[in-house]
Amino acid sequence: MIALLLGPIGVAIVGSVVGLFYLGVDRRLVARMQARVGPPLVQPFRDVGKLMMKESIIPNGALRWLFQFSPVMCVMGSATLLLYIPLFGQPALFEGSGDAILLIYLLTVPSIALVAGGFASSSPYATVGAQREMVLMIGYEFPLSVTVVSIAWRILQVTDANAFAFSSMAQYPIWDLVGPLGLVGTLLLLVSLISVTPGELGRIPFDLAEAETELAGGLLVEYSGRNLALFYLGNAIRGFAVLSLVVALFFPYGIAAGIGVTSTVLAVIIDGAFFLVKVLLVMFVAVALVRSAMARFKINQASVFYLMIMTMVSLVGLLLIWADMML
Amino acid sequence: MGIDSLKRALWIYHVNTGSCNGCDIEIVASLTPRYDIERFGIKLVGSPRHADVLLVTGPVTRQMEPRLRRVYAQTPDPKVVIVVGNCGADGDVFHESYNLVGPIDQIIPVDVYVHGCPPRPEAIIDGVVKAWLKLEGATTKETT
Ligand code: SF4
Repeated sequence: MIALLLGPIGVAIVGSVVGLFYLGVDRRLVARMQARVGPPLVQPFRDVGKLMMKESIIPNGALRWLFQFSPVMCVMGSATLLLYIPLFGQPALFEGSGDAILLIYLLTVPSIALVAGGFASSSPYATVGAQREMVLMIGYEFPLSVTVVSIAWRILQVTDANAFAFSSMAQYPIWDLVGPLGLVGTLLLLVSLISVTPGELGRIPFDLAEAETELAGGLLVEYSGRNLALFYLGNAIRGFAVLSLVVALFFPYGIAAGIGVTSTVLAVIIDGAFFLVKVLLVMFVAVALVRSAMARFKINQASVFYLMIMTMVSLVGLLLIWADMML
Repeated sequence: MGIDSLKRALWIYHVNTGSCNGCDIEIVASLTPRYDIERFGIKLVGSPRHADVLLVTGPVTRQMEPRLRRVYAQTPDPKVVIVVGNCGADGDVFHESYNLVGPIDQIIPVDVYVHGCPPRPEAIIDGVVKAWLKLEGATTKETT
């Protein structure tokens, strides 16, 4: 019972620390790629600390309870994600009770919190931002689901266990199952999942819901102080969760067994560190590199990109994996 | 946490009250790789609700006066106001215009002036450092 209570709290705390740390790494990497020095790695912690001590203004026209509840919902929703994703090379905390399908649904909770907060603040900028976020959500949902389903379908061909469970995905890494044709298909799926990541996180080129230059902060325009800090924290946790999801789907490998480490403690430490490196690499490709190389999409371009291009890419990936299986 | 995190994570909102754009370009220049104010955790934000510092440029035209007051009211405490450029301090080249209600300190309280037409980015960064000292005074007063 106590473990059931303390576990999620512990995961939430670890998730926020690691998430904020990755946010700092990301800002630093982007600064370096733009030939700047960039902020220190602890900058996101300072930002949150500062926001905590600022005044939290609730605008007159806002729906008070929803305005204050949405940031909390965003943090809780993001922390819940971490309970169902394998972290640090270990199985997820609630491994038995939820799988990838549940996770696809849970992924929408933080976005819905953002949208609700945006509408509740009754600012026209926030309303436009909230609508954009909804359009984006509809967009990236499809490539994301196709990717998860294709991987699970391929795993289903070799095992009777629940193919959507992350334990089966770790047991049968998708790369080991497919032949040459399927390899191309899996790569396409990886590309589409990586393109979903910045959209899921609201980063450039898909940061149109918060678009600082045109929407003055969009969804978050009316938020200040503690409420803004909670959204900031929630986004950091969600970032970590989504990156861990990419790792869990495509790179569920550990190295401890491979390099012949037998002691359990040492193996746990090595796999944990290796996991952090994997997340860092995925973040570098999916977030930092994309962010410094591209400008913001317009909303119609973003939905065409997800609904047409990336959906096509992931469907072709699915077909190739199927063909690889049948031939 | 505390004052240290406030000092090292200043978010800036830039209000243009009718400037000639010279000062605004210098503010943007301080974000470039050469000056890189993000090193100190300083970030330009899009909404006064997120800001700790208001960077005000320009001599305040009649149209901008109520907006400037509102932007000041919308910024959460603790906050500082930095006037960038001679325009905001005394009207500069526009001082004879019929359409001015400035300078800025007639409308909202100003903490730091950065002089120059336009000031160099170094001077703007120096102004922000002066604002740190101001904030330090303000928060210690509040807590004691
Ligand atoms: S101080 Fe000079 S450069 Fe700045 S806005 Fe005024 S006229 Fe332009």
